Amino acid sequence: MNLHQLFNSIEKADPDIYDRLGSRRKAIRNFAGIGGKLALAAVPLALGGLLNKAYGQSAPKDITGVLQYALTLEYLEAEFYTKAVASGIIPAGPATGALTTIRDHENQHVAFLTAVIKQLGATPVTKPTFDFTAGGHFANVFTNYDVLLAVAQTFEDTGVRAYKGQAGVLMSNNTVLTAALNIHSVEARHASHIRQMRRARNNDATIKPWITGKNPGGINDDAVQKSYNGEELTTQAGIDLTGFVSSNAASESFDEPLTYDQVIAIVQPFIK
Amino acid sequence: MKNDHLQPELPGKEAVYTKNVSRKKFLSVLGIGGLGLAAVASCSRDDDGMDNTVPPGSIDLGKGDTGILNYAYALEQLEAAFYTKVAASPYSGITAAETALLTDIRDHEVAHREFFKKALGAAAIPALNVNFSAIDFGKRDSVLATAKAFEDLGVSAYNGAGALIADKNYLALAGKIVSVEARHAAYIRDLISNGSFADSTVIDANGMDKAQSPADVLMIAQSFLTSKLWGGNLPQS
Repeated sequence: MNLHQLFNSIEKADPDIYDRLGSRRKAIRNFAGIGGKLALAAVPLALGGLLNKAYGQSAPKDITGVLQYALTLEYLEAEFYTKAVASGIIPAGPATGALTTIRDHENQHVAFLTAVIKQLGATPVTKPTFDFTAGGHFANVFTNYDVLLAVAQTFEDTGVRAYKGQAGVLMSNNTVLTAALNIHSVEARHASHIRQMRRARNNDATIKPWITGKNPGGINDDAVQKSYNGEELTTQAGIDLTGFVSSNAASESFDEPLTYDQVIAIVQPFIK
Repeated sequence: MKNDHLQPELPGKEAVYTKNVSRKKFLSVLGIGGLGLAAVASCSRDDDGMDNTVPPGSIDLGKGDTGILNYAYALEQLEAAFYTKVAASPYSGITAAETALLTDIRDHEVAHREFFKKALGAAAIPALNVNFSAIDFGKRDSVLATAKAFEDLGVSAYNGAGALIADKNYLALAGKIVSVEARHAAYIRDLISNGSFADSTVIDANGMDKAQSPADVLMIAQSFLTSKLWGGNLPQS
């Protein structure tokens, strides 16, 4: 990665970039200078962090911020399912029916969140440009049905965890909180169904409608694993559930939240 | 609080949910900054510090977050008892996959039940007596229709209770449970009819699930209980 070239490209696309960065200008210049010495793996993460700050996309602290964050995730899902249904690789019948149902829900979520953000006097974030191959990582996402379902499952399970992570911020507005909860449980229904589709297709009884431990369900992929890490808890609020049920059931019986930063790390590869 | 919703049909047949909030109504509520909710609260919230009178023979779920936790505990008791019976006396023609996953669900509900019991400690309501006389445990249709009603009811109950919770840690715990109930609901629905995991009988035109008030949920749950629950001290908003 040539960082100087990258910064030049950013300056061309956004001449105000350094004004936006303000005091971070020096940091980013310095960063560019030492970039070559950083471990390569750390560069995209650190860079992403700086750019997030530049565009004001730090963890949401208020209602509107959470809704913008949710809208971004719904954009991702809506476009993914739109392309999935149009891909021509989904078997006709129940599979196409299910993905069409989910696509429609995600589009409805986009429309709903957009309307509410406007109602609150804010401008809805624009839809990012997505790369569902995640930079080539899932190169055959729309040509290989199994990969498509694996990505779908990851998006749904991540969506459930992402909404869950924001409930506390929404407590000051009961109406918005209830709406978010009503969306959250629909994402969980989607996740359950996609998991059933994968269970049937792979004839794999270890893939269940719920998440066992931190097992992604037969998807052996470091990028996907990030969506499941932390799901393995068997103790809740200091109460050890393995005193009542198996450790598998203990972990399955509670879904865990993801923080904003964790979710961004998961979805950033899908955003150009 | 006066219950002005339509009387839901008994689960086991088909639960009817009436609390669809249209986008227009939603936005109008937002527009007035929650004044509508405040107006409701002013005439129904128990602000005088006195307990409302518990009807004789009824179990008072209690006030505040304790009341909401007991409300959840009651629903989890009901679900756990149901799936315990399902696992103990499988319906005719049950498949190995159904046995495995219905046993999982039983264990999840037992985990939820025991979690609330332990979390509530001395404030917990007693073990409830159930009445499953309307359910034919030997018949797949009867069991799955009841399971569907319980799971959809549970989802709508947690969704509706979220806004009644004061402590954000309890809200987080409710959030961790409700998505598992939704996973159950989708699975049970797909067992009855593949593809019905989130159909228009339960998801509205905004792509949203239902939220039901404790009053509505308790009315439905009561038909499966011989113990009498009373939620008159629960938070209303």
